[in-house]
Amino acid sequence: MTQQEALFKYILRLGDNALIHSHRLSEWCSNAPFLEEDLALTNLALDMIGRAQALLQYAGNVEGKGRTEDTLAYRRSERQYYNNLLVELPNTDFAYTIARLLFISAFEKEYYAALQKSADSTLAAIAAKTLKEIKYHFAHAHDWTIRLGMGTEESHQRIQNAVNDWWMYTSELFEMDETDDQLVKDGMVPDLKALYPAWLQTITDTLKAASLNMPVTGYMQTGSRKGIHTEHLGHLLSEMQYLQRAYPDAEW
Amino acid sequence: MDQVQDIISNDHALLSKFEEHVQAGEAVEPRDWMPEAYRKHLIRQISQHAHSEVIGMQPEGNWITRAPSLRAKQILLAKIQDEGGHGLYLYSAAETLGITRTEMIEQLHTGKAKYSNIFNYPSLTWADIGAIGWLVDGAAIVNQVSLQRTSYAPYSRAMVRICKEESFHQRQGYEIMAKMMKGTAEQREMAQDAMNRWWWPSLMMFGPHDSDSPHAADAFRWKIKRHTNDELRQKFIDKTVPQAELIGLTVPDPHLKWNDAKGGYDHGEINWEEFKQVINGNGPCNKQRLQHHKQVHDNGAWVREAAEAYKARTNNQSSN
Amino acid sequence: MAHNNQLDSWEVFMQARPGANYIHQGSVHASDRKMALQNARDTYSRRGEGTSIWVVPTNEIAASNPDDSDMFFDPANDKIYRLPTFYTMPEGAKQI
Repeated sequence: MTQQEALFKYILRLGDNALIHSHRLSEWCSNAPFLEEDLALTNLALDMIGRAQALLQYAGNVEGKGRTEDTLAYRRSERQYYNNLLVELPNTDFAYTIARLLFISAFEKEYYAALQKSADSTLAAIAAKTLKEIKYHFAHAHDWTIRLGMGTEESHQRIQNAVNDWWMYTSELFEMDETDDQLVKDGMVPDLKALYPAWLQTITDTLKAASLNMPVTGYMQTGSRKGIHTEHLGHLLSEMQYLQRAYPDAEW
Repeated sequence: MDQVQDIISNDHALLSKFEEHVQAGEAVEPRDWMPEAYRKHLIRQISQHAHSEVIGMQPEGNWITRAPSLRAKQILLAKIQDEGGHGLYLYSAAETLGITRTEMIEQLHTGKAKYSNIFNYPSLTWADIGAIGWLVDGAAIVNQVSLQRTSYAPYSRAMVRICKEESFHQRQGYEIMAKMMKGTAEQREMAQDAMNRWWWPSLMMFGPHDSDSPHAADAFRWKIKRHTNDELRQKFIDKTVPQAELIGLTVPDPHLKWNDAKGGYDHGEINWEEFKQVINGNGPCNKQRLQHHKQVHDNGAWVREAAEAYKARTNNQSSN
Repeated sequence: MAHNNQLDSWEVFMQARPGANYIHQGSVHASDRKMALQNARDTYSRRGEGTSIWVVPTNEIAASNPDDSDMFFDPANDKIYRLPTFYTMPEGAKQI
């Protein structure tokens, strides 16, 4: 694999994570527990679409075959998507949405801070902008985790279930394959394994502050690095890509 | 009018002072004395306006996950979010009159409070997103610009902010329509079809002729309202028809023609029977929209309860 | 009733640029301070309007009564000696 090929595949992964997570958050629009939170979740989704746009556009440039951010978003099939499984899972309820946001934003907080030092100046610039957004995402998730954990018996149970159920999708965030190895060597991207202790500490502290138990680590899900997903991604994409696929000659 | 008569006999001095104040074009603030009928009229109008913004998120929300490009998705999401924000501003304005958001939502759910009829129509294709932005927001803007000078200050302040923020909404819709009209035959057909379905309901948004409008007299006397329904409707038609022509859309009204003498378009009669039916709950989406709102409200109850319980717990801790 | 609860009301004040006055924007609902700040941010600075936010519980605001406006505000109207234009300066006086 050339560095260019590795970089292309790697940026797709970053873009796909932002795009698919944003899609799930956007499903909350007009469905949130109260109006203010509706606006808040939409703001998160908007941050992520913006990030997906920047990343997929850059991926297209790196590939150099004239694919735009939209061709990459709307004309790839599920086996060509590289987002982590966690972001594609259905929202389920507000607790699951918050638990996912906590896991992801705690990871991205470390990740984008490290990516700012990338030898690739475009990635470094995107990382600097993204980091500011992520800090807010984390604050929002952190505060709600505590409210739910320390709220009613019901909310405590719901957020605990969410944390437990989605724990098995978290180790994938830190998985590295040959693209990672190659790019880490070149100083282009961070070593994901090195981010794990800080992430674990953040999660441990947050759950403790919320009177929640740390989940028991058992078997961990994997697959997305090879484009193997849950059944949910196909449905998500068929909805998202419907117009582009149904009217391939149209511009919108 | 009986209600107004009562107040006149009871509170003659206060009322005439109030009306003088309003006639002089001065703003009314929440703590100023106001006739009960004025307060009631405002609560009804502002809460209806707020509910319209919030219910209006649904037909457009129907297309967020299917928007055909990242740019389109981003814009649509931002626009719908704005509408939620506008609902929020308006609920806040109504709250200054002594009603809570909880009560307003209850009134929506029991059917006591209404929302704009237009949102009882379905958004069937992507072109509907264009038509809603261009026609529905276009009609709303005509009304809202006029309301910026309404006599109740919190309402007026909310309207000023809303108008400023909404200036991109109509352009978003028109851009979608213009793009589709320049696109494939299928896209043009889709755009014209959306135009055909949304034109008349958009005209109905301005409400019945003023002679048939039950609360019109009070609203004018108290300067809650500044222009008649028919005036605003005319204004909307006059600015919209040339926009339609520019991009090759046909306005679905065989009677539409320019009238030199009045300097505006003459148009065909609106189907007021349909208007009445939809208001009375028989529109294609009335049940669905309300059901959705109730369900979301119920599904969110445990989250709001958790937030309240957390507050109670932390308050206790800090007072210990 | 908890079922229908829509949380407490807070008033939002925002500063448009560093050093400027905080100006009232409107209100938001929230159950605690942190949430109120975040909700105010998500509601009133969607277009980059602010650099800083204050939130205050609505029921903690004391407001003057309109009936008192005569005694509150009119007495200040004739204190024109508080304005610089009230004073006669000798011709040629500079920088004063």
